[in-house]
Amino acid sequence: MNAHQTLPADEAVPAYNYAYLDEQTKRMIRRALLKAVAVPGYQVPFGSREMPLARGWGTGGIQVTAAIIGPADTLKVIDQGADDTTNAVSIRRFFEKTAQARTTEATEAATIIQTRHRIPEAPLTAGQIMVYQVPQPEPLRKLEPREAETRKMHAWAEYGLMQVKLYENIARFGEVTTTYDYPVMINGRYIMAPSPIPKFDNPKMHMSPALQLFGAGREKRIYALPPHTSVRSLDFEDHPFRIQSWKEPCALCAATDSYLDEVVIDDQGSRMFVCSDSHHCETRRAEGHRGTMLGDATANGLVDPSSSTVIPGDRRETRDPFRNPAGQGSGMDPGSPLRSARDDDAKVETGADS
Amino acid sequence: MYVAVKGGEAAILATHDLVAQARRGDAAVPEISVAQIREQQGLSCARVMNEGSLYDADLAALALKQAQGDVIEAAFLMRAYRTTLPRFGSSEPVDTARMAIRRRVSATYKDLPGGQVLGPTYDYTHRLFDFALMDNEGVMVGLDPTISGREGATAAGDARVKPEHDVASLDAHMPRVPDILGAEGLMEPEVPPEGDPRPFDLTREPVSFPADRDVRLQAMARGDEGFLLGLGYSVQRGFGGNHPFVGEIRVGEVSVEFIPEELGFAVDLGEITLTECQMVNQFAGSKDVAPQFTRGYGLSFGHSERKAMSMSLVDRALKCREFGEAAEYPAQQDEFVLYHSDNVEAAGFVEHLKLPHYVDFQGELELIRRIRHEREQRLAGENEALPEAAE
Repeated sequence: MNAHQTLPADEAVPAYNYAYLDEQTKRMIRRALLKAVAVPGYQVPFGSREMPLARGWGTGGIQVTAAIIGPADTLKVIDQGADDTTNAVSIRRFFEKTAQARTTEATEAATIIQTRHRIPEAPLTAGQIMVYQVPQPEPLRKLEPREAETRKMHAWAEYGLMQVKLYENIARFGEVTTTYDYPVMINGRYIMAPSPIPKFDNPKMHMSPALQLFGAGREKRIYALPPHTSVRSLDFEDHPFRIQSWKEPCALCAATDSYLDEVVIDDQGSRMFVCSDSHHCETRRAEGHRGTMLGDATANGLVDPSSSTVIPGDRRETRDPFRNPAGQGSGMDPGSPLRSARDDDAKVETGADS
Repeated sequence: MYVAVKGGEAAILATHDLVAQARRGDAAVPEISVAQIREQQGLSCARVMNEGSLYDADLAALALKQAQGDVIEAAFLMRAYRTTLPRFGSSEPVDTARMAIRRRVSATYKDLPGGQVLGPTYDYTHRLFDFALMDNEGVMVGLDPTISGREGATAAGDARVKPEHDVASLDAHMPRVPDILGAEGLMEPEVPPEGDPRPFDLTREPVSFPADRDVRLQAMARGDEGFLLGLGYSVQRGFGGNHPFVGEIRVGEVSVEFIPEELGFAVDLGEITLTECQMVNQFAGSKDVAPQFTRGYGLSFGHSERKAMSMSLVDRALKCREFGEAAEYPAQQDEFVLYHSDNVEAAGFVEHLKLPHYVDFQGELELIRRIRHEREQRLAGENEALPEAAE
């Protein structure tokens, strides 16, 4: 978390600051983060910048990460629990380019984990920072569209509307039908949107030893959970909060306690359930855990029996507008004429097979 | 998870190459230059400058070229570049009364000092294709198809006649119509807020509501033209209570001046093209204030009348709070207008639905299957219970 004004002595790198944002902006974001940590669950307005990635695609999380990352950090980026989903790849590349970030897929090796929609299965540890990408920071927004009103409701802790909504769910469906972005009470004071993580992950937030930061770029809000903060999922005494469960274990690693994704494998309605946390699943397979369909998946080339074929932080990439001299390319992507120098044929084949 | 996911990095890189190919199109057709776009697609460039909040016609043309003409994508490129630029100060306020006029029309006066100046406009064209534009390069371009159809005009268009323009020079000073009304005390005056503070910068600070007029005007100036057009139209059709006249629309060049601290006097930085629209709305008055006309104001980069007019309609609608009018309609609600007029933000959030959501969707699947299962069991239980009830 050090401020760095210096740029590497590579002349091909345009004058973007370390981690893209200028230092004044980082300072502004850090001030907002400090306020957010001081008042857990309170949404702090901040001067969200326009980023080179689209609004709604993680610009809040990216700004938070950019404000806190330093050369000593190791970054993990996940989307839907996986390191290799398209947007996670895109954001990881952004920090590899702009902050020369050391990246990892290993949850335990990361100092900063930027995430969309999941908390890793492996328990977080003290010193780690979770950065959540938040589309809608206001848990009351669907009940009250006006910001001027919801800010008053938070100020007065006037949360009856939310309780009524949950009650109405139970009256109609027999249970609360919110399955993700399930509202939580922070430190007994503020109702907070945990971002669209499945409610399965809510208990992991409670008293976590890690610092948890939330960035909503389009809505221009930051909020935070300091380590060891109470996080209670809203419920009723006679309708206690419960999380999702599956009847079968992960088909690849036989885990019974992880969040599972459903993969449709043919047009006959067959499906398999696999861990959403790809690193968790790989780790378990490496430890010798074998799910019922692991053999088939390996035979079909869907799972590499050794390890991941994509190496995060692989610097062989030369097709890179930040690192390559501008003006040689097509305008759309200044690096493309150098494409042939890219040594990723193996990766392309892997992609084609799957 | 693993099926669609491993190899994502290579697939992403492939999309970059594919979009570069798609942008270039058929290589047998000459590539369009940025200068051609800047000179020949000027209205598109103006829109990109407005919605990208950056006055730079070359960059706007480059953005349009890179974005294959997608205006919102081009505005996004402009904004992502703009946000990295250092701010070295604020210019002096531009004076549109001293504008070098290209076009100036008023709907409230038949004639007025400086006169009506029609200038370059599609307003009086017939929307008939000028097929001569289809395949002739280097022809003298006329908008009116009757020109190229004149006797003696050949297919090549060489004999086209440039219409005789009235070359009489325009008055150097053309008073703005609301100022004429203002001199009579009939127009709501524009008074800066107390202390004349520096305007809010919504690209650097978060907006809070209710929003002041500087914030509203700034948001609309960069807002989506189509969205503001629709809102302005809704005001006219009855989802709003204003009945405006176009006091004046003027298009032309104004100079931008800056006072460097170390010099202490104004330095001319150059000219920008602006479109300004002032709508005159029906009177409001109260016990203390005599009835007077109220103002709707629109200002935009380049020649963009539709944008400036839409903005001035919505500006007046958003002033409802100041005039004690009920805010009943969408165009009168600042949160609604400001949050939703930003097309780069809107496009980002609408299009983020393309991102993977299978974790959330799995939660919904699990829930709906369980609720259906429980319902089936309940119904089965009720059916079993029926014979007993009959006994």
